[in-house]
Amino acid sequence: MNKKFVLGIYDDEDVLLEAIENVRAAGTKIYDVFTPFPVHGMDDVLGIKRSRLPIVAFFCGLFGTSFALWMQIWMLGFDWPMIIGGKPHIAIPSFIPVTFELTVLCAAFGMVITFFIVQRLKPSLKVNVFDKRSTDDKFVMAIEVNEGVTDVNALNNLLRSNGAIEVNEKEVIK
Amino acid sequence: MQHVSPIREPLVTGGKTYHDITEDVCRQVEAKPNVRWAAAFAVSLVGLAIFFYSVYRTLWYGIGEWGLNKTVGWAWDITNFVWWVGIGHAGTLISAILLLFRQKWRTSINRAAEAMTIFAVICAAMFPVLHMGRPWLAYWVLPLPNTFGSLWVNFNSPLLWDVFAISTYFSVSLVFWYIGLIPDFATIRDRATGPIAKRAYALLSMGWTGSAKAWSRYETVSLILAGLATPLVLSVHTIVSFDFATSVIPGWHTTIFPPYFVAGAIFSGFAMVLTLMIITRKVFKLEDYITLEHVESMNKVIILTGSIVGIAYTTEFFIAWYSGVEYEQYAFINRAFGPYWWAYWSMMTCNVITPQLFWIRKIRRSLTATFIISIFVNIGMWFERFVIIVTSLHRDYLPSSWAMFSPTIIDIGVYVGTIGLFFTLFLLFAKFFPVVNMAEVKHILKSSSEVKHHHSSHAKSMHGTSSESNTNTHHSNE
Repeated sequence: MNKKFVLGIYDDEDVLLEAIENVRAAGTKIYDVFTPFPVHGMDDVLGIKRSRLPIVAFFCGLFGTSFALWMQIWMLGFDWPMIIGGKPHIAIPSFIPVTFELTVLCAAFGMVITFFIVQRLKPSLKVNVFDKRSTDDKFVMAIEVNEGVTDVNALNNLLRSNGAIEVNEKEVIK
Repeated sequence: MQHVSPIREPLVTGGKTYHDITEDVCRQVEAKPNVRWAAAFAVSLVGLAIFFYSVYRTLWYGIGEWGLNKTVGWAWDITNFVWWVGIGHAGTLISAILLLFRQKWRTSINRAAEAMTIFAVICAAMFPVLHMGRPWLAYWVLPLPNTFGSLWVNFNSPLLWDVFAISTYFSVSLVFWYIGLIPDFATIRDRATGPIAKRAYALLSMGWTGSAKAWSRYETVSLILAGLATPLVLSVHTIVSFDFATSVIPGWHTTIFPPYFVAGAIFSGFAMVLTLMIITRKVFKLEDYITLEHVESMNKVIILTGSIVGIAYTTEFFIAWYSGVEYEQYAFINRAFGPYWWAYWSMMTCNVITPQLFWIRKIRRSLTATFIISIFVNIGMWFERFVIIVTSLHRDYLPSSWAMFSPTIIDIGVYVGTIGLFFTLFLLFAKFFPVVNMAEVKHILKSSSEVKHHHSSHAKSMHGTSSESNTNTHHSNE
């Protein structure tokens, strides 16, 4: 099914932030906003919740810690105990460096892999960018058009009166 | 005139707009290689050829191709390993620690510095792997089941800790670097005209669109990765120093090693970043992004870490005397006045004396002086590792086994070769990847650029009369 979008193009992030607030206040649902860099304050005006990725990182890190400790204690303490340098078989202080490294490794990779999955980032030749300038210097606000419900002209006026330098329509083939 | 604080200098000069940043950074990627780049690349390839030849000799004839002997069993290999790992540390420091400290000047240099980290760690890893003699069995350092043919690895050994530290450091740095590159790859993808470039950058950019939620998550991921990379980078050189500190060799068995090694690593790393950036900004015409302010900030870090290293050298000497251990005392007297006195005093001159010149503002802000001093620091930090390793080993507890170390041509070849490898990788990076993080520089542009960039008439009418009203409004949210 094809989807139609109205794109409001902005060239200043502060104008954009104010426009988002006004557009949302007017009762229009914003599909998404595309910017060339992270604009601070965007999460608040769009009502984006704080990412839960740090929680993922914490639990992946916790897994790394437990796995590393278990691995070293089991290998040197139970599976094949050896006396090394007169130390006890389970020499916890000696195990700390590897435990720390595996904690960091698991936390970082767990979080990044989760980020790639939830954000659907994967190497692909097909890229759906609404307006190619949004990775350069323009800020693009996309509003989905529901056939017969949305008044495109009114939307056009709303965006322009809120500082859009251009308003375009775009059809996306799904 | 529009930057945050009146006492801070602008970080981006020349009145750039967002589009200018894209143009200035992408120009290098999109244009045909320029002559200076091609010449530098040709020289690097010669270095790379030397590397391959020396590695071939090392592997075919064995470690006997190196100048090691029974007394000095570690020499240039470990010296070079520690030197390269140390250089790598500056990249992580700039991208992670300065991110946590909200230092905006990191934005235009972090990309290249992180690339330097990754390539330096690759070079570093060559040495322990080659020193194994049979690198095709390198996977034996991993904890593999003992039914595989040997016992479990020794988790009490700092050499094994190194395996985990270096591989974690490399992979986390690589991921951190790549996450930062994704939005910039998307920028290049959306400008690309050639069919190969279009496809290559599309694959590299992972379908990035820059949606609001993506940026929100991106910032969270960057912050957490910075938080993880900060203790990681400190742990890596700490563990490298444990290779020496946990032994019972006089001159190595000291508790000062971890902080002293970390400071030295940052010191040498910043010197290398300066060496590279002074050339890069010139060749790629990035003077508006990597300004004198950046150079000066880095020079201040060099004074600080150089002084810490100087204090560490002095403390070592004092503790040797104060400990009352005659072997320890001899090791240090031998370092400064024994047969390797020249290495010791080269280290002292390059690391302790030359960086102190940066107290003078004129020198701190002179590109030529900075470049020369950064080379001195690179040399000095190589000598530091050489002094620690070789002078401690060459006269051990038994005078009948005392020996001197002299490198063979292959020793030199492997070392020079890794420099070739490093520059080959760095030049490829500089040609095909955006050397400055465009998204982050655009992000700080409004608050930290020299001249306020152009606003459309709409923007002006939106905000009424004063043009200042636009400035910094979003930064108050930080």
